[in-house]
Amino acid sequence: MPATWAHGAVITDFSSVLFGHGTALHGAGGGDRGHEQPACFTDLNLDQLVASIVADFEEYDLAPLFWDRLTSEDAVAYRHEVFEDLEQPELVETVQRFAEQMRAMRRQLAQARTLRNGYQQAWWYLAATTTYRRAIEHLDGDLAGVELASRGLCGLRHFVQGYRASPRFSTLAEHQDRLWAALGTVKYCLRIHGSRIEVRLYDGEADYSQMVATTFEKFAQGEVTDRRVGFRSYPDLDHVEAAILDHVAQLHAETFALLVRHPAEHQDFLDPTIARFDREIQFYLAFRHWQRALERAGLTFCHPAVSVTSKAESVRGMFDAALAGKLAASARPVVANDYELDGPERALVISGPNQGGKTTFARAVGQIHFLAGLGVPVPAASARLFLCDRVFTQFERQEDMASHSGKLQDDLERMRGILEVATERSLVVMNELFASTTLHDARLLGRRILEQILDRDMLCVCVTFIDELSRLRPSTVSMVSSVVPDDPTVRTFRILRRPADGRAYALAIAERYGLTYEHMKARLAS
Amino acid sequence: MKAHLLFRDRDAEIVYPDVDGRARPGVRPGDGASPNSPARLDAPVDLVADLGLEQLFAAMAGGDAFLGAVARQVVLAPLGDLDTIGYRQAALHDTLVHRDAVQAIYDLVVGAIDGERRNFFGLFTRSPESILHRSSEVMAFFVGVLRQLRSLAEHHADRFESEAFTTLFSMLSKELSDDYFAEVDAHLKRLRFSGGVLVSAELGGGAHGASYVLRAPNQPTGRRHLRDLFGAGHAHTVVVADRDEAGLQTLGQLRDRGVNLVADALARSVDHILAFFRLLRMEIGFYLGAAELHRVLASKGEPVCVPEVLPTTAQAWSARGLVDVCLSLTTTEPVVGNDVDADAVPLVMVTGANQGGKSTFLRSVGQAQLMAQCGLFAGATSLRLSIAEGCFTHFKREEDTSMTHGKLDEELYRMRAIVDQVAPGSVVLCNESFSATNESEGSEIGRQVVQALVDCDVRVFFVTHFFDLADGFARQAATPVRFLRAERGVEGSRPFHLVEAPPRRTGYGEDVYRRVFGDQAAR
Repeated sequence: MPATWAHGAVITDFSSVLFGHGTALHGAGGGDRGHEQPACFTDLNLDQLVASIVADFEEYDLAPLFWDRLTSEDAVAYRHEVFEDLEQPELVETVQRFAEQMRAMRRQLAQARTLRNGYQQAWWYLAATTTYRRAIEHLDGDLAGVELASRGLCGLRHFVQGYRASPRFSTLAEHQDRLWAALGTVKYCLRIHGSRIEVRLYDGEADYSQMVATTFEKFAQGEVTDRRVGFRSYPDLDHVEAAILDHVAQLHAETFALLVRHPAEHQDFLDPTIARFDREIQFYLAFRHWQRALERAGLTFCHPAVSVTSKAESVRGMFDAALAGKLAASARPVVANDYELDGPERALVISGPNQGGKTTFARAVGQIHFLAGLGVPVPAASARLFLCDRVFTQFERQEDMASHSGKLQDDLERMRGILEVATERSLVVMNELFASTTLHDARLLGRRILEQILDRDMLCVCVTFIDELSRLRPSTVSMVSSVVPDDPTVRTFRILRRPADGRAYALAIAERYGLTYEHMKARLAS
Repeated sequence: MKAHLLFRDRDAEIVYPDVDGRARPGVRPGDGASPNSPARLDAPVDLVADLGLEQLFAAMAGGDAFLGAVARQVVLAPLGDLDTIGYRQAALHDTLVHRDAVQAIYDLVVGAIDGERRNFFGLFTRSPESILHRSSEVMAFFVGVLRQLRSLAEHHADRFESEAFTTLFSMLSKELSDDYFAEVDAHLKRLRFSGGVLVSAELGGGAHGASYVLRAPNQPTGRRHLRDLFGAGHAHTVVVADRDEAGLQTLGQLRDRGVNLVADALARSVDHILAFFRLLRMEIGFYLGAAELHRVLASKGEPVCVPEVLPTTAQAWSARGLVDVCLSLTTTEPVVGNDVDADAVPLVMVTGANQGGKSTFLRSVGQAQLMAQCGLFAGATSLRLSIAEGCFTHFKREEDTSMTHGKLDEELYRMRAIVDQVAPGSVVLCNESFSATNESEGSEIGRQVVQALVDCDVRVFFVTHFFDLADGFARQAATPVRFLRAERGVEGSRPFHLVEAPPRRTGYGEDVYRRVFGDQAAR
């Protein structure tokens, strides 16, 4: 065994590559089907993001695996370890080959079920169990040759090794070998004359096509058209073919008797732990596949350092991964941002020129926290994050513009709903809350809501046009969308940590015309 | 069986011409000509236009567009080895001496190709049985043609001298023996399957039959008879009822599966023989085209010689009485030949009077180079030249020289394309290059380009009216240059004649002007 066996502590009772032993989840469904997508998905565009992650992996029904978040640093580490192991291309190839073989097996089983002829059914069943066996053998052999550090994959390797050595598996293999050897010797002759077909054993008759080809060999002039006709073949045999097969089966009676016994003998050949791995590893592959596409467009992901105790955060080069997917597709640049929460700081209050990337920034913060809780790499160059229990969003709703008072009430009711279930470990992302009310109301309500959030020591991102919210408490951090200094009409989409100051925009315009204080002073002094 | 008339050891890589008016013999799918389609035939568009080669191809066609298309391909694929050039020169000599015999072989081959197309159904069906049927019939027809071809070859074998033709003839009589024809006949008879089709099969995917192989029944022996009696070889029989259409279809398909490979083998063989005929037609066609060109030039009294081709390293390029063959083909007047002595002289600069034959001379150089290197004769009383690694033309696109930057861009673009492809040992023919700009700029560009080419062992023929450019090369000694000058023809005699002379500051535009407007206007 490779030396690396010593590194990862091998889980001897391996059951899942996604969840270590006793992993708890935030979310309703325990990582499986039948529950709903989290409410924040739409506002954070996580619905689009997950849709594009799982797009090519439909048969595995992966989306629900992206709905439930992990609660402990250890559970996150369990997945990070697997992602790190999967950095080895040969390991990815191994897993992909395994998956491909399992897919082939399912197709063969489906084929066996749709056929009428008993010999055929048995043949396809044999094909399926054989494909499964090869999948296990390859997986076992390949895993022995790669260095693994993750608990999940070390556990799998240990499991597969034990499984392959089990009597159940070796009996299956032995039966298959015997059958294929026997089927390989089946050879017969058909003499077709008029409407009669004679079926008999092959007796060494010479290949006549070859004889003809040999005669005309001397005329060979390089490539000519292949005149062989392709025959459409249907999985089902018709009655003539079935009759021939029956005669062939009589000519090779023992072999065919063995064949028809195979399905009953190996009814439950598929191991449940293997089947579960087959689905769950696709969670990693799907995410990696999507991540690589963005990385090829020049974007950077990282494994975040997560903590369930410290709310000090530090993020560099963060971007909106849903937006980046679209921008990358049309080769447009993606802007990345940084932020810090230190000491008492809990809330990022974002103000500044519109269309400057404020909402995008807020979404990115929400995404990065949600993704961190999934144990996947996050869209940032580096990230230290609090592992929050839930991510709430309160984005402006367009539909109720008719009644301002009604809308304000809706907004507040939704906010109340959030605050009722949120804990001190939750993150709230608020986007242009109360934008459609009077400035006075907006100030008042904004302050009240933010105070509530801060009182409860929650994390918060708040996009607002009200400067003063950024100065509310020591726990608020002011961030501002920025413009190109020489041309204030051009947004940089950079969100910078600096005091909210409505004048920054005006100053930039002035600078362009040489009318800033510095410029004018220098000019006048000369 | 190979023709090998253009190359001693390989087929010519030419595409069977798809010639309008001859029932498009080249376009049916699967007749075996497509794999060779050379992309490079698009490239020498400039070369063909600049050198006036369409006239050459038309003359070689002699009314047969097929021959013209073959000539185009062969001429535009110049050879780089002396051996093959000599091989073709010898075969061409045989053709000139025995043109009727070569024509007879060509006609026989064309008859076979046309007959196949006209007399047999195309392969539109996708049934092996029908493919087999058609292929057997065509094969029988081809066998007849091959018998005739062999007797032609045997009849002419002693009269030809070139390696190309004598090898072809001896190959035909060796490969197409009476025994061989008997073997072919036996197959054609057996393929009627009067005793049914015997097919072996194995158990394949999904428990279907697979690996169907047509079998030749074993000759009955005593041992096998015995086995049959005791049941070991006993056959189970499936009988398909007359009205069981689905069953009969399956039976037919099993038969088809059995026949599939042999039908394919026979169809391929037919295709191969057809491809052989077509190759033979193309390769013979080149020589017949050359013979026709020779006839036309000879009847006009133009000089024709077998060029002496030397290796690139010999740096040879000299000619006596070199004519623009393509110009000659368009006029009944005799054309004037020029002499060049540029052995070991990498740069020939041509200056002088407008309409003094400069372009004509440049074309004659390019034609001679290409014709010599494809094994043709040359339009000269004598020609001795080194092989060129490539031949490129950079001709001014129009006669007017209005100065626009777009035109200079265009010129520079084309020159850049040449520079991207040119290799040491190549020949570049420049006709008034860079004249899209003024003399000062054009000369400077020209000087740098020409010097760079020459220093990279590229032979340059440069026609220019830029005195500054020509004079610059006249005043230096590092690069040997031959200067030719177009002289005003003495009234009514020897127009378009070049003499060896340094560049002169005055052009002859005034002369032309005078000729056009008369003496009055000039005063």
